Amino acid sequence: MSHVEGSGAPAPAEKPRHRPARIPRTPMPERDAAERARDFEEVTLGYTEEMARAEASRCLQCRNATCIEGCPVNIDIKSFIGHMIDGDYYDAVAVLKEKNALPAVCGRVCPQEEQCEVACVLAKKGEPVAIGRLERWLGDFDLACELEHRCVPEVGEDTGFRVAVVGSGPAGLACAGELRRFGHAVTVFESLHAPGGVLTYGIPEFRLPKHIVQAEVGLLEEMGAEIRCDVVIGATYTIDELLTEEGYDAVFIGNGAGLPVFMGIPGENLNGVYSANEYLTRANLMRAYEFPKADTPIWRGRKVAVVGGGNVAMDAARTAKRLGAEEVFLVYRRTEDEMPARKEEVHHAHEEGIEFKMLCSPAEILGKDGWVTGLTANRMELGEPDASGRRAPVCVLGADFTIDCDTVIMAIGTRANPLLAQTTPDLELTKRGYIVADEDGATSKPGVFAGGDIVTGSATVILAMGAGKRSAQAIDEWLKRTAE
Amino acid sequence: MFPIVHTRRLSDAVFEMGVEAPAIARKAKAGQFLILRTDENGERIPLTFSDWSAEEGWIRFIFMRVGKTTHQLSRMSAGESLADVAGPLGVPTHVEGLGRVVVVGGGVGAAVAYPVARAMLAAGNEVTVILGARNADLLILEDEFRALPLKELIITTDDGSAGRKDLVTAPLKELCDAGAVDHSMAIGPAIMMKFCAATTKEAGVPCVVSLNPIMVDGTGMCGACRCTVGGETRFGCVDGPDFDGHLVDFEELMSRQRVYADDERLADAEYSRECSCHT
Repeated sequence: MSHVEGSGAPAPAEKPRHRPARIPRTPMPERDAAERARDFEEVTLGYTEEMARAEASRCLQCRNATCIEGCPVNIDIKSFIGHMIDGDYYDAVAVLKEKNALPAVCGRVCPQEEQCEVACVLAKKGEPVAIGRLERWLGDFDLACELEHRCVPEVGEDTGFRVAVVGSGPAGLACAGELRRFGHAVTVFESLHAPGGVLTYGIPEFRLPKHIVQAEVGLLEEMGAEIRCDVVIGATYTIDELLTEEGYDAVFIGNGAGLPVFMGIPGENLNGVYSANEYLTRANLMRAYEFPKADTPIWRGRKVAVVGGGNVAMDAARTAKRLGAEEVFLVYRRTEDEMPARKEEVHHAHEEGIEFKMLCSPAEILGKDGWVTGLTANRMELGEPDASGRRAPVCVLGADFTIDCDTVIMAIGTRANPLLAQTTPDLELTKRGYIVADEDGATSKPGVFAGGDIVTGSATVILAMGAGKRSAQAIDEWLKRTAE
Repeated sequence: MFPIVHTRRLSDAVFEMGVEAPAIARKAKAGQFLILRTDENGERIPLTFSDWSAEEGWIRFIFMRVGKTTHQLSRMSAGESLADVAGPLGVPTHVEGLGRVVVVGGGVGAAVAYPVARAMLAAGNEVTVILGARNADLLILEDEFRALPLKELIITTDDGSAGRKDLVTAPLKELCDAGAVDHSMAIGPAIMMKFCAATTKEAGVPCVVSLNPIMVDGTGMCGACRCTVGGETRFGCVDGPDFDGHLVDFEELMSRQRVYADDERLADAEYSRECSCHT
């Protein structure tokens, strides 16, 4: 690691035994809901050093640290918190980055409450160590350092192999970082004009500031990964061209599941109807909230209905509020308990005045002169559990009603973008167009690996990163094997 | 950055620009488009290729000055650079085995009609081109079309200042009625394509249209460009831009093209005020 050494002084022969502090979980400061819902500045403020130390001191440093297994990329959580307890922040960052190249991102957007924190021994008593907030604090600590003090993971000796990574989202970035550690040359191809994938176009500024994404991506470039924007693989180059004319020895595909899904109900093509992808891309990637300083406009509805119950729906609803909507409705066909969104996001949405309309399923979007005027929805009730184990919403006959609105945002999921697969005929796909890949990301095409949403369908940032890392390992082994 | 290597003013409000983009130039095909951004604050706009050279590594497009971005583009010149150019995007125009074809290019649509007619000729079809414009000043690429081995080049203007004083649909109908057309393609303003589709439908002649909906990413990610074709929602960027004109809901297309009309006026007005201060 090329940062300055730990806390400097040699460690004492025997450290004093850590005595976990019996204090409640340290809350993270956040901005007042009424104030923050008017701008795009970050909602949560992160711990101060004092808070971080206090929270770290709650860790029991369990012999059998179950939290580590709860992490999709198996960060040595016990060890990094241990270093924090000792005040050795540089060492803590180093431990974190051993497994996760984007801690400031993951500390903000990972669903820790379902992963590491649920596995924390203290969770049994309802108050797990706030591992995510500690990760965020460390990530921010690292980003705040001058570059020469930042923790840049060591890159391996040049192997002479070149790997192309398709997509600069979480899967691609994690894969690229890992490949550099193995010493392979890496080019990351991004179709948009800025790297980061969903971190840049999808997750709003108020939840994940773009300067953080840029800084963590910058670190990968520091590690020698080349990032080429404005290159659409499947159009500018095919996978086969990357492997032949362009001289790459292997390819990792992490292009995500970027095609928006619509409901197929009447009125969906009226003006004022957006996919969440479009709405968020205009707001985040294109900075439409700065229009006309930024050139991209966005329709600023007064009454906005967002359809869906996931994190993307929360992001769209909270973005609409910030763009000046007087009323924002969240329309979901089950109840709040079944919502796939993170509890924290749901809580923030409530605080910011998003109105939850549960057990509603849109049936038709109403319009006049080409523009949205309302949404007709069916009243639902919960029936027997379905395949997902959640109680299935069932339509209550004759109980439809209308919501007055001038904007409708569909946040009901995405599917695989066929652009790349269409030009790679020997790549095996599932019936739904996702790439078939094994545990390590190997596809039906030799030398081509895939991971993230394009294999699993929509999932989380950290799962995609985990897939990218596993593929990097598999690519490394494959390159060595084929070289023999 | 993508260096501008060529600019040419084709009429008062219509401009041609060439950009160095070797990887895109190698792949470009007739009917495909690019997405560009002028600078860091720029919007992403789609423009269909008007020409390219794989050997020399450049691509060209033609645009009419209608809003801030095209206004800004019209003021740029060789030696400057565009922040971003991505492509080639969209499905290339189908040009094989069409037989006797009429290609209609209206207004700036002539810019797309040119490589399409050229590709159709290269594929062995017999090609007639109808070029339409409001007046002689807005007529573009006449010399380029004259240099192609077309069966015929018919020019129409609304005011008769060049060619026939007619709409493009008049000669199109005559050709169809004479039974001399196996296939047609119309590229231009939505309203023109709508009438070309109606004319050919009556005559039982297939008509492909090249749609120009609003886009953001241009790769299928946002769905801004959705159009109704044959009762189904299709994405202009990845399913098109070419569609069966007889099945396109043109009213919806035209309505959707106007979503940001007010914003576009505002942005252009601000830009015009700024640049009149600075020049």
